[in-house]
Amino acid sequence: MSAADLQKASATDDFIHGHDGPHGHDDAHDDGIPHASFKDYLIGFALSVLLTAVPFWLVMNDVLPSKLATTAIIVVFAVAQMLVHIVYFLHLDTRSQGGWNMLAAIFTVVLVVITIAGSLWVMFHMNENMTPMSPQEMRISPG
Amino acid sequence: MTPASAEPRSELATLLFGRLSLDSIPYQEPIIVVTFLVAALAGISVLTWITRARAWGWLWRDWFCSIDHKKIGVMYMVLGFVMLLRGFADAIMMRAQQAMAFGDSAGYLPPHHYDQIFTAHGVIMIFFVAMPFVTGLMNYIVPLQIGARDVAFPFLNNFSFWMTTAGAALVMASLFIGEFATTGWLAFPPLSGADYSPGVGVDYYIWALQIAGVGTLLSGVNLIVTIVKMRAPGMSLMKMPVFTWTALCTNVLIVAAFPVLTAVLLLLGLDRTVGTNFFTNDFGGNPMMYVNMIWIWGHPEVYILILPLFGVFSEVVSTFAGKRLFGYTSMVYATVVITILSYLVWLHHFFTMGSGASVNSFFGITTMIISIPTGAKLFNWLFTMYRGRIRFELPMLWMMGFMFTFVVGGMTGVLLAVPPADFVLHNSLFLIAHFHNVIIGGVVFGVFAAISYWYPKVFGYKLDVFWGKASFWCWQIGFLFAFMPLYVLGLMGVTRRVSHFEDTSLQPFFIVAAFGAVLIGCGILASLIQFYVSYQRREQLRDVSGDPWDGRTLEWATASPPPDYNFAFTPRVHDIDAWWDMKRGGYVRPTSGFIAIHMPRGTSAGIILAGISAVLGFALIWHIWWLAVSGFAGLVGFAIFHTFNLNRDFHIPADEVTRVEDARTRALAATGA
Amino acid sequence: MSAHTSTMAVEGADRWLVREELHAQPGTMLGFWLYLMSDCLIFACLFAMYGVVGGNYAAGPSPKDLFELPLVAVNTAMLLFSSITYGFAMIEMQRRRVNATIGWLAVTGLFGLVFLGIELYEFHHLIHEGAGPQRSAFLSAFFTLVGTHGLHVSFGIVWLVTLIVQLKRWGLTDSTRRRLACLSMFWHFLDLIWIGVFTYVYLMGVLR
Repeated sequence: MSAADLQKASATDDFIHGHDGPHGHDDAHDDGIPHASFKDYLIGFALSVLLTAVPFWLVMNDVLPSKLATTAIIVVFAVAQMLVHIVYFLHLDTRSQGGWNMLAAIFTVVLVVITIAGSLWVMFHMNENMTPMSPQEMRISPG
Repeated sequence: MTPASAEPRSELATLLFGRLSLDSIPYQEPIIVVTFLVAALAGISVLTWITRARAWGWLWRDWFCSIDHKKIGVMYMVLGFVMLLRGFADAIMMRAQQAMAFGDSAGYLPPHHYDQIFTAHGVIMIFFVAMPFVTGLMNYIVPLQIGARDVAFPFLNNFSFWMTTAGAALVMASLFIGEFATTGWLAFPPLSGADYSPGVGVDYYIWALQIAGVGTLLSGVNLIVTIVKMRAPGMSLMKMPVFTWTALCTNVLIVAAFPVLTAVLLLLGLDRTVGTNFFTNDFGGNPMMYVNMIWIWGHPEVYILILPLFGVFSEVVSTFAGKRLFGYTSMVYATVVITILSYLVWLHHFFTMGSGASVNSFFGITTMIISIPTGAKLFNWLFTMYRGRIRFELPMLWMMGFMFTFVVGGMTGVLLAVPPADFVLHNSLFLIAHFHNVIIGGVVFGVFAAISYWYPKVFGYKLDVFWGKASFWCWQIGFLFAFMPLYVLGLMGVTRRVSHFEDTSLQPFFIVAAFGAVLIGCGILASLIQFYVSYQRREQLRDVSGDPWDGRTLEWATASPPPDYNFAFTPRVHDIDAWWDMKRGGYVRPTSGFIAIHMPRGTSAGIILAGISAVLGFALIWHIWWLAVSGFAGLVGFAIFHTFNLNRDFHIPADEVTRVEDARTRALAATGA
Repeated sequence: MSAHTSTMAVEGADRWLVREELHAQPGTMLGFWLYLMSDCLIFACLFAMYGVVGGNYAAGPSPKDLFELPLVAVNTAMLLFSSITYGFAMIEMQRRRVNATIGWLAVTGLFGLVFLGIELYEFHHLIHEGAGPQRSAFLSAFFTLVGTHGLHVSFGIVWLVTLIVQLKRWGLTDSTRRRLACLSMFWHFLDLIWIGVFTYVYLMGVLR
């Protein structure tokens, strides 16, 4: 292994080492239980109520003329509320468990997106390429 | 094996036994009866032998209830080997049938039985041979390599093992009670749906895999936390041994992929049991979605199997070349890249299903891209050997066999990754040859390399070289004979899973393949003989030093076999090859000042929970609802009961540690080391 | 790099060995988080399934015909309330007040039970109307996705009761605190999944 290689390896070491490693772990609560504050929960709750109520209101009262716009808004609100829950209720941040929780969460989000979006994409094209159904069959099974 | 007998069953019998009746036992099939007799005889003789040796108490306390990662690792390997014998028996039966059944000859296996055999072969080899081998290796080696005393959750580890075993037991039970699936190893609907597979075969498949899957998932979580949290001081991520790195990535894949299998099998199970319409042909069901989802699990699974063995080869090659591994950093990055990319290639298993050109090209390209990091690894191994002082010990022999075989398999894989070519080769024997080429060449050769490499660590003596070489050459040559003809047949358009052929001109190829399978059988036999002979000659083959190969990583720093606590003092790590660094840096083994060591305590909870799970699975398979409900209640109840047990650890007193370490000091002095 | 150089300076055996007992970091919280991530992927598959066959009504009822949004809104509120009350339980735990912790846990469990009750009522109602899980692929996917979430909530309640018993017996020890924290993650995680359910299944279903 060349000297440059070694140097690169140790540089990466330092980067990764910044967060974890059994020693030098100066986190005060090392039982790994995140510390929660009353304020956090209340902020989270208030935001959640808002982010839940608005989509229900939009859909139940047919507020917007465009279904597409309504859909877009409720999806954005859902994602926002998930983030609120992650931050204020699950207390996920880059420091918890030396960053490993965050890493796992990001990896999971990527895989969730791959699984759902990938399946929809694959199956959409599959359905597109299916033999067209007769009008008779179309009436029996929509979709 | 007809599922429904002529006379209707009484309601009471159905209530009590569900679908189970005396007709479910295939006593009219001579092959199964003979198998049963042989298995029963072998079983009884083993049980008698244990009883006569008065070994039950020892077996129960020191092994079955043990939460020592080393013992659990060994039990995984034993499970893998036992199931290998079963899986290989299936293989040789298929090869014999296909070598015979031409033209007027129907062979000796009826199609229904033949279909069960190829399904069982695939299921067993992947889930109950390869997975236990891989998990067993990681279990044994990873804590030693990172300088830990055990895994993060020792009880869960024991539980995981028994869940895997419970799944294996259900598959074995299907041989004698009822039937196994006839659907192929991934049980595609609608064939595996209730309409076309009304029997219990697919239910055996579903529940065996669900139960084993729980074990696999938990052991994945366990090993990730172990690697993240329990490394010796100084061992940063980029100083971890490569095997530990590959183990980390493998377990990430396990935790991320097995839920998909769980979900998809749950949906199939609901279709069959409750009558939902996920994968049916009617009421809007979509069978293709099953294929899509199961391959989202299936492709990462391939890498779950091969990545740890890449790690093994990395350890072996640097040890026996006497050099630091070439390109450690690139090896790590290659592993990580493979981990992520393995989620983006699943559609190459069903190019022909009809997603069209754009989808197929995307997945074709990602598939070709994933071969790049794999290729990088091969070059790293080659460069490690370059100018090294290579010792051709047994592990190195398997390594060379791997390099040769795996590259061929990888190349045919790249051929299959080209969608137009795949339209010709899909579902043909070419595909069969390809994946056996990578799985035998990669996983099996890797497991044998690992066994011969770490055997002296586990048992304190090396394996016999003659029988090891015999095994290797039988496997290597047998593999070529068994699968090269299949490439030819596949190119000629012969499809897989066929039990009878009209075209007699194909027969010679199948006879050659059957001969290859026999040679592989000799290889398995040779390794069994190897274990026996090595045990007999254990005093000549004894290694007292604990470091028989002049190793480089921490597992060689302790005794062979390692004491319960692995290391009397936790090592400090300063370099990638920690033990090599210690040996060069004037490390002296401590002989005094030992302290008490905190250890987890053994428990029978794992085996009990897994036993209840097996009963629950059996009840669900046969629709014995009262048993299923009580089994489920028992499972939840016992799990809750177990959470009230806080007596989970103890200290090995300093005197005991001193006694063990003094014994080793004397043994080392006696050999003059 | 500082850790490296400081250990370099130590001479003799201590360069290579840790002479005192090393306390491993507890891994339960990380392990449980990883389990939740895997659970998340199970739900991802169920969502994907719903996404693919959710429009296949097989000439049967569609979401518009079936879903009663006011009921779903109440249900959502129940789960949200249970989340905040669990949060209060965690805060009481930090203040080392056992009885208050148990009280908030009980309230959380009650909200959970109401949620389950409403969900069971909804399921019963649908099946009664002939819109059971066998009716169409859409309904199969609906019942499985929502039912799996409900099953998780049920397990959460069983676990909660177990924990209340253990708190009464042992008080706030290291292990009960750790278990409370795990269940907290589990509970909030289920609420997070529910956001996906009510948005994707109910609201977008009615919009369709």
